[in-house]
Amino acid sequence: MALLSKKDANLILDPLADNNPITIQVLGICSALAITAELKASIVMSISVIFVMGIGNVVISLLRNVIPSKIRIIVQLIVVATLVIVVDQVLKAYAYDLSKTLSVFVGLIITNCIIMGRFEAFALGNGVWRSFLDGIGNALGYGVILIIVGFFRELLGSGTLFGIPVLGDPIAKTGLYSIGYENNGFMIIPPAALIVVGVIIWVQRSRNRALIEEA
Amino acid sequence: MAMNTEKNSYTVIFSIVMVMVVGSVLAFLASALRPRIDENERFEKQQNILYAMGINENTPDSGVNFIPTDVVEGEFGKYIKEQYVLVNGEMVADDQAFLVDMKKQLSNLKDGGEARLPIFIGEKEGKKSYILPMHGKGLWDAIWGFMAVDEHMVIQGVYFDHKAETAGLGANIKMRFFMDDFQGESLLNGGSYEGVVVSKTNNDPLNQDKEDNTVDAIAGATITGNGVSAMIKETLKVYRPYLDNIRTN
Repeated sequence: MALLSKKDANLILDPLADNNPITIQVLGICSALAITAELKASIVMSISVIFVMGIGNVVISLLRNVIPSKIRIIVQLIVVATLVIVVDQVLKAYAYDLSKTLSVFVGLIITNCIIMGRFEAFALGNGVWRSFLDGIGNALGYGVILIIVGFFRELLGSGTLFGIPVLGDPIAKTGLYSIGYENNGFMIIPPAALIVVGVIIWVQRSRNRALIEEA
Repeated sequence: MAMNTEKNSYTVIFSIVMVMVVGSVLAFLASALRPRIDENERFEKQQNILYAMGINENTPDSGVNFIPTDVVEGEFGKYIKEQYVLVNGEMVADDQAFLVDMKKQLSNLKDGGEARLPIFIGEKEGKKSYILPMHGKGLWDAIWGFMAVDEHMVIQGVYFDHKAETAGLGANIKMRFFMDDFQGESLLNGGSYEGVVVSKTNNDPLNQDKEDNTVDAIAGATITGNGVSAMIKETLKVYRPYLDNIRTN
């Protein structure tokens, strides 16, 4: 017997492509703009969101029959804020260097609308296992886009990947810089993320025309 | 019988229980992890101070590499020979000066109160370094650091850090390419304290001119760079009596 049924597997796979939270649902754009100037930051943010969203969806799903509907948004906020604080404190105690890298991103997780969106749209109406898979799937979909954006922004903007120079030394003019290549300063400012996300959306829709909305 | 979750009384009770549970979990977690977090912060400060005076594990092409956490306490004791706090122009020996909260002290000073300003004297291969902590404001939140100078007010090294500057932009003040530019810059210009300014119009990317009191700014991080310049200026202002004393002796 397969580990996951086809329906369960789709909860993981759909958000990676045809129902991606960033490129299809256009959620989570703020953090995609804020933190993707570096590949490392994109990866760290993705891992943190996978944790918070996976556990958060499980908690909301467990509580779904007892949460008063009038205060459900507040309850969801409390759950995500609590998980973010737990992540932050545990990292500070046991992975201090990583917590320094995360710094501002941990706080940004609270404002990530994908998390609240999945709590509201899925976890409140589904069982624990399926909610967990949905959380992991959507966080992975978010992470994939973040990593692609981070890769291109850091490479074209700074000529580095994970902080390591891969195109040469821009000051001493070695590598690509020796033949006239210049780092594109525009790529390291936040609007560049919108352009990279736009290009990903364009590529995705041209490969799968079913995603194009009719006018 | 199913519970009526729409009743006001239920909502109030649910809210109270939820706040109590969440509060208890977070309070327990905070108190359980506090000693470990404090220890990590203490080691980090020691690593930063040593980094500024050139005690680190950097190689020519590496990024920022600190002394490892497990040996930093011993190395700190080995290289930092004296710790003082400057109180109303008086030097007071204090072997825990590195734990002083600089933000709080500068705030006391602004309010007209008494401040305890830490100073560390390090010695490496017979050469003395005077290490001054700094604290200022970046674009989004606090920035801080340490600056090691010699008796001629030439910078031996710096370490900068930040709370929430933008990744890839202002956050790059803690990258080696930026911090290394400060080495060798003089804080003086014609006998007066000019400091070092982070400049967008420096036109000296290799930072060869060490007498110009400027280093190259980071593209896209103007406000953070201005914050670094202002922080150095403020440090010189508050430590002036001490620095004058080093120069004249």
